[in-house]
Amino acid sequence: MATVLFDEATRKYPKTEVPAVDKVTLEIPDGEFLVLVGPSGCGKSTTLRMLAGLEPVDGGRILIDGHDQAGVRPRDRDIAMVFQSYALYPNMTAFENMAFALRNAKVEKAEVEQRVTEAAKILELEGLLTKKPGQMSGGQRQRVAMGRAIVRQPKVFCMDEPLSNLDAKLRVSTRSQIAQLQRRLGVTTVYVTHDQVEAMTMGHRVAVLKDGKLQQSDTPAKLYDEPVNTFVASFIGSPAITMTRSAVREGEVTIHGLPVSLDRSTLSAARGDVVVGFRPEAWQVVGAGEPGIDVAVDLVESLGSEAFVHGEPARSHDDATVAIGADRVTFKVIGKTDLDVGDTVRIAPIAEQAHVFDAESGMRLR
Amino acid sequence: MSGQAESAIQGQGRVGKVFGYAAMVAVLAVIAVPLFWIVVTSFKAHDHIYVRPAEYLPIPFTPENYSDVTTRIPFFAYFRNSVIITFFTAGIKIVLGVLSAYALSLLRFPGRGILFVVILAALMVPNQITIISNFALVAQLGWKNTFQGIIIPLAGVAFGTFLMRNQFLSLPHEIIEAARMDGAGPFKLLWRVVMPLSWPTLVAFSLITIVNEWNEYLWPFLMSDDERTAPLQVGLTMLQNNDGVTNWGPVMAGTVLTILPVLILFLVLQRQMIKGLTSGAVKS
Repeated sequence: MATVLFDEATRKYPKTEVPAVDKVTLEIPDGEFLVLVGPSGCGKSTTLRMLAGLEPVDGGRILIDGHDQAGVRPRDRDIAMVFQSYALYPNMTAFENMAFALRNAKVEKAEVEQRVTEAAKILELEGLLTKKPGQMSGGQRQRVAMGRAIVRQPKVFCMDEPLSNLDAKLRVSTRSQIAQLQRRLGVTTVYVTHDQVEAMTMGHRVAVLKDGKLQQSDTPAKLYDEPVNTFVASFIGSPAITMTRSAVREGEVTIHGLPVSLDRSTLSAARGDVVVGFRPEAWQVVGAGEPGIDVAVDLVESLGSEAFVHGEPARSHDDATVAIGADRVTFKVIGKTDLDVGDTVRIAPIAEQAHVFDAESGMRLR
Repeated sequence: MSGQAESAIQGQGRVGKVFGYAAMVAVLAVIAVPLFWIVVTSFKAHDHIYVRPAEYLPIPFTPENYSDVTTRIPFFAYFRNSVIITFFTAGIKIVLGVLSAYALSLLRFPGRGILFVVILAALMVPNQITIISNFALVAQLGWKNTFQGIIIPLAGVAFGTFLMRNQFLSLPHEIIEAARMDGAGPFKLLWRVVMPLSWPTLVAFSLITIVNEWNEYLWPFLMSDDERTAPLQVGLTMLQNNDGVTNWGPVMAGTVLTILPVLILFLVLQRQMIKGLTSGAVKS
């Protein structure tokens, strides 16, 4: 059990200008499940590998339980890692794979036996202990890799996209298993993923990285409800938030030609234009006579209990709205929908659920 | 698919097969014909060797050539020397090759890249160039007609270092990292993780090295004059030069006896060589 502190931790690969990890400061309390999430190349894996000691720290510090880890070898950090490829030893059986670290640490034979058996029970690996990785399925290998980490009873678990090699169904079930297991063992865990659903469902807290810089670290709910900038707003949430740029005039913004009144105190902080975002559930379908935006439906994703409708807003002549990214709107419909591709539907945003950002800096306005 | 296209593809396959088999027959002939001639001659009586037209079967069958070999030269002394020289030279080469490759691929130290280039450069220098200076040095040390005089100058390992280094570098680095995090020290990492994963390459390297050392001729020939240290390859020369006219029967018998140990070793190890061990390590 341990606390982890990244204190302006920086990693700059040789012969590159831009640091891969740029002054990341992040405190992880004892027993927390922290998810590092971000697009590919954002430095999340590098951050994890720095914690594990597999990557040097070029600036700042990383502390485990208050101790600076500079110069401490990976094997002396008491960290167990689960790799994306599992990295099992193919020449050893499942038992030997799990026992390897314990035997290296000169743990007594009886205790090795006991710990591995216990881990095997938790992970339902009992029948597989004598098998080698080559004889196992992907899911089984993944569980052995987990077992190898568990038996060590380390201070910190590091997991580098451990589910990305599993098929979709197995991924969902393993996702909850890992989260449950972590809650049960109470070991501080840093989990890297590019999958924001994993991030939102597994972690106590989620840290969003972009270009090596930490954008925001918060609970999943807070990230969703109060993203600090447009990047976090668009990265978290699926389908993505619909964002439009607009000028501010007397407490009103214009969303695809539709004037929307927003909280004046929020808007007053704006120096110029703002970016306004509405999540899919922040739209409602309105009648033809009411104010709204006419949207030409071009995709309907029906999930049974709900449906996501994607479409393009019909442009009016005086529409000065500039859409961010694709000029599209995505909204959610509860239950079944009879909307179909090619239909036109009138929708209006719910003003209270608007996310407002400064157009220049991209930062949230409060 | 139309029947015509199908038969065209089949026709192509057939032509390919014919060429494939032709190539195989050609390669086999290049290797097998001399081998066949060696074996046949080793069972021929002296006056049946130089005859026209050539006789393709040893009639009368003359196994005496084999006992001849062992009486006319101290065959078993040469054999013992060969085993000693091969065992130690190959042993040193394999150990040094694996250890140096391990250092050059998986340990980090300053000057690693330059060191590797230097070793590669050594690989470019033909043996014959260093032979004179080696000879002068070894003679000065008084090591002529000694085993260390034969073995030590032969034990340089640029090739093994190169081969094993590339093998080690091709291992999935996550496995190495996993082992490091699991607390494996450098030797445990090498012995329990890196070597088992590199088994097929190691076997191939060992086999090549053993065959090379067994067949080494020039250096032992320069270094040793008699059965105290000379290996079989040199001993065969003694057999050849004993008479005015070489009696090829015993020479061929000696050659067969010399080939046999390597052949057996090859048959034993070839399955290990082919067996891949990396499967299941990481998701492919």
